[in-house]
Amino acid sequence: MSTDITRLSAAELAGALARGDVSSTEVTQAHLDRIAAVDGDLNAFLHVSSQDALATAQDVDARRAAGEELHPLAGVPIAVKDVVVTRGMPTTAGSKILEGWIPPYDATLVERLRAARLPILGKTNMDEFAMGSSTEHSAYGNTCNPWDLGRIPGGSGGGSAAAVAAFEAPLAIGTDTGGSIRQPGAVTGTVGVKPTYGGVSRYGLIAMASSLDQAGPVTRTVLDAALLHELIGGHDPRDSTSIPEPLPALVEAARQGATGDLSGVRVGVVTELSGEGYQEGVSARFAESLEVLRGLGAEIVEVSCPSFTYALDAYYLIMPSEASSNLAKFDGMRFGLRVEPTEGPVTAERVMAATRGAGFGDEVKRRIILGTYALSAGYYDAYYGSAQKVRTLIQRDFAAAFEKADVLVSPTAPTTAFRFGEKLDDPLAMYLNDVATIPANLAGVPGMSVPNGLSDDGLPVGFQILAPAKADDRMYRVGAALEAALEKTWGGSLLAQAPELKTTELTR
Amino acid sequence: MTSPTLELVAYDDAVRRYDPVIGIEVHVELGTKTKMFCAAEVAYGGEPNSQVTPVSLGLPGALPVLNGTAVEHAIKIGLALNCTIAESCRFARKNYFYPDVPKNFQTSQYDEPIAYDGWLDVELEDGTIVRVEIERAHMEEDAGKNTHVGGATGRIHGAEYSLVDYNRAGIPLVEIVTRPITGVGDRAPEVARAYVQTLRDIFRALDVSEARMERGNVRADVNLSLRPSPDSPLGTRTETKNVNSFRSVERAVRFEISRQAGVLDAGQKVIQETRHWHEDTGVTTSGRVKSDAEDYRYFPEPDLVPVAPSREWVEEIRATLPEMPVARRNRLQAEWGYADAEMRDVVNAGALDLIEATVAAGTSAAGARKWWMGELARRAKQDDQTLEDLTVTPAQISALQALVDSGRINDKLARQVLEGVLAGEGDPEDIVVSRGLEVVSDDGPLLAAIDDALAAQPDIAAKVQGGNLGPVGAIIGAVMKATRGQADAGRVRELVLERIGQ
Repeated sequence: MSTDITRLSAAELAGALARGDVSSTEVTQAHLDRIAAVDGDLNAFLHVSSQDALATAQDVDARRAAGEELHPLAGVPIAVKDVVVTRGMPTTAGSKILEGWIPPYDATLVERLRAARLPILGKTNMDEFAMGSSTEHSAYGNTCNPWDLGRIPGGSGGGSAAAVAAFEAPLAIGTDTGGSIRQPGAVTGTVGVKPTYGGVSRYGLIAMASSLDQAGPVTRTVLDAALLHELIGGHDPRDSTSIPEPLPALVEAARQGATGDLSGVRVGVVTELSGEGYQEGVSARFAESLEVLRGLGAEIVEVSCPSFTYALDAYYLIMPSEASSNLAKFDGMRFGLRVEPTEGPVTAERVMAATRGAGFGDEVKRRIILGTYALSAGYYDAYYGSAQKVRTLIQRDFAAAFEKADVLVSPTAPTTAFRFGEKLDDPLAMYLNDVATIPANLAGVPGMSVPNGLSDDGLPVGFQILAPAKADDRMYRVGAALEAALEKTWGGSLLAQAPELKTTELTR
Repeated sequence: MTSPTLELVAYDDAVRRYDPVIGIEVHVELGTKTKMFCAAEVAYGGEPNSQVTPVSLGLPGALPVLNGTAVEHAIKIGLALNCTIAESCRFARKNYFYPDVPKNFQTSQYDEPIAYDGWLDVELEDGTIVRVEIERAHMEEDAGKNTHVGGATGRIHGAEYSLVDYNRAGIPLVEIVTRPITGVGDRAPEVARAYVQTLRDIFRALDVSEARMERGNVRADVNLSLRPSPDSPLGTRTETKNVNSFRSVERAVRFEISRQAGVLDAGQKVIQETRHWHEDTGVTTSGRVKSDAEDYRYFPEPDLVPVAPSREWVEEIRATLPEMPVARRNRLQAEWGYADAEMRDVVNAGALDLIEATVAAGTSAAGARKWWMGELARRAKQDDQTLEDLTVTPAQISALQALVDSGRINDKLARQVLEGVLAGEGDPEDIVVSRGLEVVSDDGPLLAAIDDALAAQPDIAAKVQGGNLGPVGAIIGAVMKATRGQADAGRVRELVLERIGQ
């Protein structure tokens, strides 16, 4: 093939593979080559599993040659966020405390990827334990935004988003506790989906906040996200919070949306998720996208969700509380880093303290301390208890809003990608990145970020679509329609406007 | 914080001047096939760390899934203890750092137990019934087991290193908590023991646990406080942990009563603390001081959904509950017509099940009791065994008694047959044949033996003929001896008298 196969979407690659235009080995090797060429600058990957990926690819090619019926995405390579455990492949969650740990088991979603025979290219960088909005909290260095190497790729899943944006992988897995799939999607010009809570198994996701965490697709197109979502989603008996009913038809919804007809669809604009604090270019692109949707036949309505104002506050009590408990297991006793105190007796308690002191970064420690405090006797009702009440109110706001609208929309993030270090010393400013994405996690509803243009600074902006729980198909329909209409005006994908990355000469 | 060693007060003196209040927490390991939250096998005595999964090791990413059988067992226990079964309840995380707790939190129930507000009638040895109020029964997971190596005591102090076995981590437990047990006075130790023993019997009757004390399937924590009189507010309590035999429960309560009385007599305050029970020396020693600083930061377990047992299911379980031990005992006593003292002896000897089975095999209640509480009890005691350990079945005892009842053997022969059964020679019928122990019912050989005996002792015949029947016994004895006990003594007597012409 004359075209660069790393530029193809997963759906296009799947078609080319099925037709025999290209082999999985070629596709996988092309992506490994791209990683070798650009990842020195980007640092999207913490681990590249070339051998494993090529072995899977060769296996797929052999099976295809033998006429075996394969999953549509078989042979299409994928990158996995390093918070997802992978058997035999290092898994650090971006933390020193797990350096060198090789999990003895696969997450359910990884089992599904392997069963469908997607070559796993490697593990992507992230904020330590998914705590951050810039990937600057990784213990293994920053990941750069392919649009501007001096800027953050979002977080916590900056590695997955950057890898997909830089054509290192057509598909990636992310996780989203407060926006960690959607906000990186917005600032890198990629598509990111946080499914309904319980829609994708959490078994094998290193937990930050169990009641908020959700894994989902990171892709370049809405259709690709639907294809991947259908593969990794659906009931898992090993996750008690997994939804027993089958997923709605997501791929079908994406295809329907791409036809460009949204007549009869009510799109609700959330008053509280716009205006002050949102960058001018972000607001401008959002307003234009609303017009695009109106042009496709959608009815635009205003909805108010007053409790959303308290979402960030509630989130920063619930998330650290759960995290403080979830992260207790990292103690040097059974796996990962073990640090013995340099002086004094070597007791279990002191080894635990020394290990955690050395192994966790500052942001992780900050959240453990916050959460420990919020759960303490005498403070529980005021903090954790009140936050749970806010959560209930947010759920009610969503329920009321979805009476008036089929989907809700907002800008995904208030600003475009900021420069490294800009917000590192100001946690509150950093936390504000997630102001528009957090309500969905608190309510368990699905959310998607679709690229909807460039801001005045020439950096990508994301459009967020929220749907009721278990109605993920609605956002695929609206997202695909918006994507198709915008690409028509741009004359191609947004990522086609990204600057070319400097490539390192291959020594292979 | 440890108080100086104070004089113990003699028990009788202590309970005369103080009113003891007890509270008991019993943990029972459920006999499920797999653990509370994962598919790791539950089995006793496996290689260390062989019965584990990512979940029971607390590996990153692992998630719990609740064991339905464990919930069913917990409901059974709740119903047997006359509790209300929650319509919906949740698990919580109890956060604390300790190497035997793999996640550094224990998944337990906190403010929403599966069962609550129950009671249990406990029968003391003299037949007194004490009603113990149950506050709650909740589900939780067991911790792993630490072994401290290199120290003199096997305790953590002085050890060089510690090993952890996670085979036990995650085994389902039900913890049963009583309300304060008041008004039992000097019988507190006995009540504590009887309560734990009754619970053990219930666990076995429900078939929810093997309930073997020596394996730690059932573990009791005993709370005790003293107050000057039953009208006074409750005193400060101590909690003596892991008291693992019935006798120790009784002894631990007794000891704490004497010890706390000594503390109070000295004008000091009892410290609220955890205490360790020492089986060998029969004392408790100070452990951890329970201070307000201990904060488990409980919060609802977000990885599990609420447990909401349907009312239909609870009623289904209730319908299948077996008869509870005290009710069964009362029913059997009425059916068998045993006196109170007889019934108590039977229960204390562990003969209830054996007698029930013997009666079920067709033997009279009196006959069954005669064997199990007589000859067999003697044999067991002599060999330092329990009745259960003896190599004889209720069916064999029933067959043995049937042989006696039919007149084929007499009591003396029956004891010889039993010898044979215990020696493993087979069933009673086989032994009667193989040992040739049947009663001689043919008069011919008896008359020959009588003639021999009369000839050997001619003076006796004369005395008897003279109207003195006393010496007849000597002739009967000689005949019995000659026939190796197989003659029917009554028939021999008849024939002797006939022969002599009386």
